Amino acid sequence: MKKTLIIVFAIAVSAALCGISLAVTPDEVMKKSQAAFLYPGKDFKARVMMKLISKGGQERVREMTMLRKNYGESGGDQKYFIYFFQPADVKDMTFMVYKYPGRDADRWLFVPAISMVRRIAAKDKHSSFVGSDFTYEDVSGRSLAEDTHGIIKEEKTGGKDSYVVKSTPKAGDMDYSYKMSWIDKSTFLPLKEEYYDKRGELYKVFTAIEVKDIKGFPTITKRSMKNLQSGHLTEVSYSRADYGIGIDDSLFSERFLKQPPKKWTE
Amino acid sequence: MNKQVTTQGPWTTTKKRYRSNLWSPRRFDLRRPDTTVVNAASYLFFLSCVLLFCTSAYASDISLHGFMQGNYSAGVAASNPQGGDFKLAEERLQLKLDATADPFHLFIKADGWYDHIGQKWGSELREGYIDYTAGKWDARLGRQVITWGVGDLVFINDVFPKDYEAFFSGRPLEYLKKGVDGAKIGLYPGFASFELVAIPLFTPNHFPDSQRFWMFDPLSGNGPGITNRETVKPAATIENTEIALRAYRDIAGFDASLYYYRGFFRQPSMLPDNMTMPTKLTLSYPKLSVYGASLQGKALDGVLSLEAGHYDSRQDRNGTDPMVPNSQTRFLLCYQRQLWEDFTVSFQYYAAYMHDYRPYMKNLPSGFPQERHLHDLVSIRLTQFLMHQTLRLSWFSFWGPSDSDYLLNPEIKYNFSDHVWAALGGMVFGGDKSWSQFGQLDKNDNVYLQVRYEF
Repeated sequence: MKKTLIIVFAIAVSAALCGISLAVTPDEVMKKSQAAFLYPGKDFKARVMMKLISKGGQERVREMTMLRKNYGESGGDQKYFIYFFQPADVKDMTFMVYKYPGRDADRWLFVPAISMVRRIAAKDKHSSFVGSDFTYEDVSGRSLAEDTHGIIKEEKTGGKDSYVVKSTPKAGDMDYSYKMSWIDKSTFLPLKEEYYDKRGELYKVFTAIEVKDIKGFPTITKRSMKNLQSGHLTEVSYSRADYGIGIDDSLFSERFLKQPPKKWTE
Repeated sequence: MNKQVTTQGPWTTTKKRYRSNLWSPRRFDLRRPDTTVVNAASYLFFLSCVLLFCTSAYASDISLHGFMQGNYSAGVAASNPQGGDFKLAEERLQLKLDATADPFHLFIKADGWYDHIGQKWGSELREGYIDYTAGKWDARLGRQVITWGVGDLVFINDVFPKDYEAFFSGRPLEYLKKGVDGAKIGLYPGFASFELVAIPLFTPNHFPDSQRFWMFDPLSGNGPGITNRETVKPAATIENTEIALRAYRDIAGFDASLYYYRGFFRQPSMLPDNMTMPTKLTLSYPKLSVYGASLQGKALDGVLSLEAGHYDSRQDRNGTDPMVPNSQTRFLLCYQRQLWEDFTVSFQYYAAYMHDYRPYMKNLPSGFPQERHLHDLVSIRLTQFLMHQTLRLSWFSFWGPSDSDYLLNPEIKYNFSDHVWAALGGMVFGGDKSWSQFGQLDKNDNVYLQVRYEF
């Protein structure tokens, strides 16, 4: 009897230990981070102001409304609809993305000057988003299975307890050799990311500047990406961010790409 | 028999100009269509709409944008036929007015300019329409630009009017497309989407002006040519109303479309009053129907597009009339891929197959340049963005394997700021034959500059 109890106790303890260790596996941290950063809510809308600042201080502005809708679980398919306000030469352009985990997205661009909808061939990994320091992948995410993740340490960043996760791409076709992420233990949002080039030198830094609670979802409303090698900086701020606004599936169509409804773009 | 006509008669012209969808050779002067009356009426109509919208308490949202632009193009191979080296020298103001009062939306795009070559002011309503949007359908009424098909500067099912002079003289690409005066209805029942277009007022293509562009014209040869030319446009009647339909939906991840058009060729056919000694030419637009389809989707690590169309030349179904183009089947294959960051390459192969080739050959008067059974065209486009996408280097070229002719268009564009950009480019034409599509434009090589302040 006593022996049985000991065995049961041992199983329970190991199960508990396993449970604890599962909660802190690097893959689990990154999965939670992906859910908190890229998938919160059923849908999302924000007015996005992007400032592209050159080393010499010249500023260019990209202003757009971004709408996103999730299909299925966190880490699953998503659709994006982006309407541009600024600069003047891209005003009224719209951009639509069907994103699938693990393979390249479908992308359509509407050019109002010639009333033309076109698919565009762009690779997530190597394409700058509207000329900024963010790639498409930085904006809409990267499949977790494409990297190996390891928790290097735990430390405080900006007063927040964080996991420090090293993610190394499995394939060698990336511009960086690895990425270090500081993931907030309570919100699982990335507070800082450092990208190291092939020589192991730090060249790009992501910083979450402001986090706000919107409808119960902690949301990074101000962020920046700095390229240390070129000195170029991109600052992004969200205004009028909102979740669960009931975006209809039909928005993500050629019809509304050509005639973006004010109801959603404003 | 007039020697000029015998060797390079108008009949070949008629056939030849029909062979390509991009632009076919022209050997005659095309008078600009008389759109003054329509323009004036359109202006009045839209002016009243603007006033209505602006004074309406319901107009929830009005915006005004536009640009100022300088556009210059200098010939580098030869002076113009009428003298002077500039194909284009103008300053232009464009205003775009947007007003929304749900479920209505008004859009007006109007240009005003000063042309230094013609030394005159001009204006044009580029677009002007009203939208009505309902749940499962919408409607657009007025002058509007419609772009169909998947080609890049190659048009099969895009049967809407083009301005080739604009393209060849180095205007921004948007000026290649002309608006149509008509109504478009969109239907969205769910299983597919539909666009139905009705165009009661015919708009022809606009071809290069013979005073500014050298072109093959057998009838002006060494002498003054036939200056007595009359253009007859289809009358604005119910039966002449052009109809264009498009049905589209997703099929296995590909964007699939079906097209139908019933209307007219936008390039005129030429009818001489006398076959041997013509003194007068009548230019008219033969009846045309087009049945087509296109597919576009992700494939082979890029974007693959396919398009085809059957051109039913309704006034020459057996191919025996040398005055009217034969029926054709046109086909396009396009592949686009990003090779590295901000660098994209695209390749196109286009072919036009002439039906009833035997009757065509039989009726082709002897000694005339003979069109091939299959006319094809290859294009390459390379685009590299640099400096955070503020600098764009691009290359576009056509090469016609069947006629050994070509068009080259390199361009460099820089955005000085969010409001100011400039583009410097070149148009180079050439080919073995003086009558081929691009070969006849050989002497029109030009360097162009576009500078725009956008607001």
